[in-house]
Amino acid sequence: MTVPFLAGLPLTFTLDRLSGLVLVTVLVVSALVLLASIAEIEQRRRSFYALMALFVAGAVLTVTAGSLLPLLLGWELMGAMSYALIALHGHGSRAPGSGMTAFLTTRAADLGLYAAAGALYAGTGTLDLAALPSLTGWPLHLATVGLIAAALGKAAQLPFSFWLRRAMDGPSSVSALLHSAAMVAMGGYLLLRVEPLLVASGWGSDVVAWVGVSTAVLLGLIAVVQTDLKLLLAASTASQLGFVVLAAGVGSVDGGTVHLVAHAFVKSTLFLAAGAWLTVLGTRDLAELRGAARRTPVLGTLFVVAGLALAGLPPLSLWTTKDAVLVAAEQRSLALYLVGTLAAVLAAAYAARAVAIVLRPTAEQGVRMPLLAWAPLVPLAVVAAVGGLLALPPLADRLLPGTVESPSTIGLAIAGVMALLVAAVVFPRAEQLGRATGLVGNVLRDWLHLEQAVHAVVVHPSLRLSEALAVFDDRVVDGVVRASAPVTQGLARLSRRLDERGVDGLVTAVVVGTQRLAVLARRPQTGQLHTYLAQSAVVLVLAVVLLLVVR
Amino acid sequence: MLVVLLLVPLAGALLALAAPERVARHVFVAVTGLELAFALALYLGARRTGGVTGGMSYEQDHAWIPTIDSRFHIGVDGLSLPLIGLTAGIFLACALYGWRRTDRPRSFAAIMLFLETACLGVFVSLDLVLFFVFFDLSIVGMYFVIAGWGHGNAARSALKFFLYTFVGSLALLVGFIGLYLGSDPHTFDLVELARNPPQLSPLAGGLVLLAVSVGLAVKTPTVPFHTWLPPAHTDAPSEGSAVLAGVLLKLGTYGFVRIALPTLPGPMRTYAVVFLVVGVVSVLYGALVALAQTDLKRMIAYTSVNHMGYVLLAVGAAALAGDPEARSIAVSGAVTQMVSHGLITGALFLLAGVLLDRAGTYDLARFGGLAQRAPRVALLFAVGAFASLGLPGASGFVAEFQIFVGSLPVAPVAVVIALLGLLVTAALFLWALNRLMLGDPGPDTARVTDLRVHEAVAVAPLLLLSVAIGVAPRFLLDVIEPAARTVVSLVGP
Repeated sequence: MTVPFLAGLPLTFTLDRLSGLVLVTVLVVSALVLLASIAEIEQRRRSFYALMALFVAGAVLTVTAGSLLPLLLGWELMGAMSYALIALHGHGSRAPGSGMTAFLTTRAADLGLYAAAGALYAGTGTLDLAALPSLTGWPLHLATVGLIAAALGKAAQLPFSFWLRRAMDGPSSVSALLHSAAMVAMGGYLLLRVEPLLVASGWGSDVVAWVGVSTAVLLGLIAVVQTDLKLLLAASTASQLGFVVLAAGVGSVDGGTVHLVAHAFVKSTLFLAAGAWLTVLGTRDLAELRGAARRTPVLGTLFVVAGLALAGLPPLSLWTTKDAVLVAAEQRSLALYLVGTLAAVLAAAYAARAVAIVLRPTAEQGVRMPLLAWAPLVPLAVVAAVGGLLALPPLADRLLPGTVESPSTIGLAIAGVMALLVAAVVFPRAEQLGRATGLVGNVLRDWLHLEQAVHAVVVHPSLRLSEALAVFDDRVVDGVVRASAPVTQGLARLSRRLDERGVDGLVTAVVVGTQRLAVLARRPQTGQLHTYLAQSAVVLVLAVVLLLVVR
Repeated sequence: MLVVLLLVPLAGALLALAAPERVARHVFVAVTGLELAFALALYLGARRTGGVTGGMSYEQDHAWIPTIDSRFHIGVDGLSLPLIGLTAGIFLACALYGWRRTDRPRSFAAIMLFLETACLGVFVSLDLVLFFVFFDLSIVGMYFVIAGWGHGNAARSALKFFLYTFVGSLALLVGFIGLYLGSDPHTFDLVELARNPPQLSPLAGGLVLLAVSVGLAVKTPTVPFHTWLPPAHTDAPSEGSAVLAGVLLKLGTYGFVRIALPTLPGPMRTYAVVFLVVGVVSVLYGALVALAQTDLKRMIAYTSVNHMGYVLLAVGAAALAGDPEARSIAVSGAVTQMVSHGLITGALFLLAGVLLDRAGTYDLARFGGLAQRAPRVALLFAVGAFASLGLPGASGFVAEFQIFVGSLPVAPVAVVIALLGLLVTAALFLWALNRLMLGDPGPDTARVTDLRVHEAVAVAPLLLLSVAIGVAPRFLLDVIEPAARTVVSLVGP
């Protein structure tokens, strides 16, 4: 579909295998999240739903975009809406700043998308995504850098991950959407979409694969030691998206897609449950959520199902989808595969830890949950449980024929057993992990100090520069202009002086001189005969002398 | 027919002077409304009759000053029509906004209507002398608006504005005389000069371009000629600020596209890099200085320097050798940016005026929590802020995206550096939003009552139009693009 927009650059939309599957996911998850959000949001409803609708619209535009123009439209709309939703509807006085952090971090990365659009246009005269791999020369590399930066920013991969932590100040339903179907997920989606460009660039695939797998491990470690449920889930999102980014890097587009889709259902279930607990029990602190699943049995069951899926336990969804990505990674490089497997172990650890804590026996009373707080989660959790079928031959062959790497039975079995073992080890020790101290524990709990680092290296210097420039503007640039006024006045005074003493003085001097001459000339005219006679005699003598000399 | 466009506000000014003080506002609104309707009719007429194909429409050409062959030659094309519509729209918004003005409304309406004629005169002029006359009349009109109805240090700011821009216009005049002397046969006619550009020696061409560019750069304004702008805005009445930012700044950027590019193609190409550098510096410097401001109006004023920097960037790119289609996208982006900036910044200044009206200050630190206290102010300000920071879905994005995409093929380094401006403007507007609208109430928050009807109907349509351009820009670009192609073809391949 094409809509005229700029000269020769229409808005084009396409629906293919990849965008179709993701679009369905976006729409289903969004609808259920919006339904569940009714239980959470009470005040200022109208603006909340208007902003959420725009947020979803941004995601839909991004998914269906066939050219960089509509992609950019949807992409930036999501960023702005994430700011508005967090800043306006978030919790606490930090929320406006958190919204700003989210938008500015992602927008910094988005500049890459503008550069990529310009490069694509420079190289091909169109903005069609399909034309990306045909680029050559500097436009190819500029476009690759730009798209990778934009995607890593949105997907909260390293080094951009910190904004996701601040985004947790927003409402849980916003988090549920942001982490599953919009925004973060779209970062992964974009890389899958432009995978041919990554290959064409010659270096993009490796960069992306390693950034993805590093994020999967480091953010996995961060998730393991978090003491706040929402922060644990946030870190795990970045870690899980790391697998999607890895998939784009190793050319497993469909493996990445099914992982993205399955993760969307898993994570939206978990966030909605966490949000419901926050509303009903008033806390998101893991220590205080002890036994929460027992106090709210239905919601608890849904959380546990999705949590075990996140851990990669068989037969739940992420077990198979993650393996589809790892099989492709193994074909590319053994190192990628081993690091990726480590990330899978960490996923089992942090997910098992969250599940263990909410399942602990408790003496507290059970709590009744409103219908809307749990009913929309049921379909989400069901897909979270069985979504892994997408990656297995019967379904994969029909939906995504011949493109998903079929996980080997042995590989799947090993992955499943490993996840079970890790979960079994973590289960009794869940509380201790949160208390990990020492340098490493603190650095991990504070998300590698990424935000402080960015503040120290980027934000503070920029603010200092802007203040210095403002002073420079005032004192120097405008100072010159202001100085021109007294200088002009000084020149005016100087010319007045020149005029009064010089030009006018000359005129006066002429007058005075003439007067003096007149006085001098008058002096001989005394009116006395003897004076005149003497004067005549002198003149006569002078005349004779002159005559003698000249002759 | 076009001369009627100039006569209507002038007649309205006389009518306003003759009317009683109470009735002046009715005259003001009626005349500016009529003028907007007329401008729209011209716009639609030119579109419907296919008049917009890169050439002039509604041309009129009469003898004026025969001794120097200066003629009363007026006409419009795709470069000027959108700006004429913008001008008429901004003045109507000002008339509505000032509905409750009590301070000498009669003479205020008269001077504003006079200013409207002067501004429109610049956009329709096809003769350099005529252009210059209207250009200077606009300076005179704005001087009286600031000096007569401003606040704070109005007399000083008005004088600074007048002297600075007047000296700039003298440089412009020197450049125009250079164009006249360089042309063969001697002429001030813009169409003639574009068809047959003056053949100047490299030195003479450079000097003429320097004179023209300095004159226009003061008005635009670009770094380093911008320091008259913040005090003029801060001390002007809100309507004055809206016209100053919305219309008067465009006289400078319009001059670059209308005069500098077509009549001095050779020197423009030689010195295109200078335009790129000045553009990029204005983009970054304007944004960074704006970030440090604590006064809302000064902040918005500096964002104008940033936004006009993008126009300079596009003008520089258009002058370079390279793909004509890409460069005409850049020029189209530059014209779109003029319209877009006029709408958005006009609206933002009127909203800043609401704060001054209620609380007597523009100090960002004295507000907070306005989203609760005055939701309509907050909503419109938020829309304006996001539009101004270039969010897709509003006109600023359509303008800036065209400038980036069109300029990048010929000037990749400049564009990639200029992109950083997008990040800084995003930061400063979000920060302003957080300080004004969210968080705890400030000392003056309680004094801010929400928008009145006449204020809302003044501001909201400007922003709605910006969003309309952002979502469906064809109705504007259909008019601009042919003219942009013509400009680029005049500059050369």
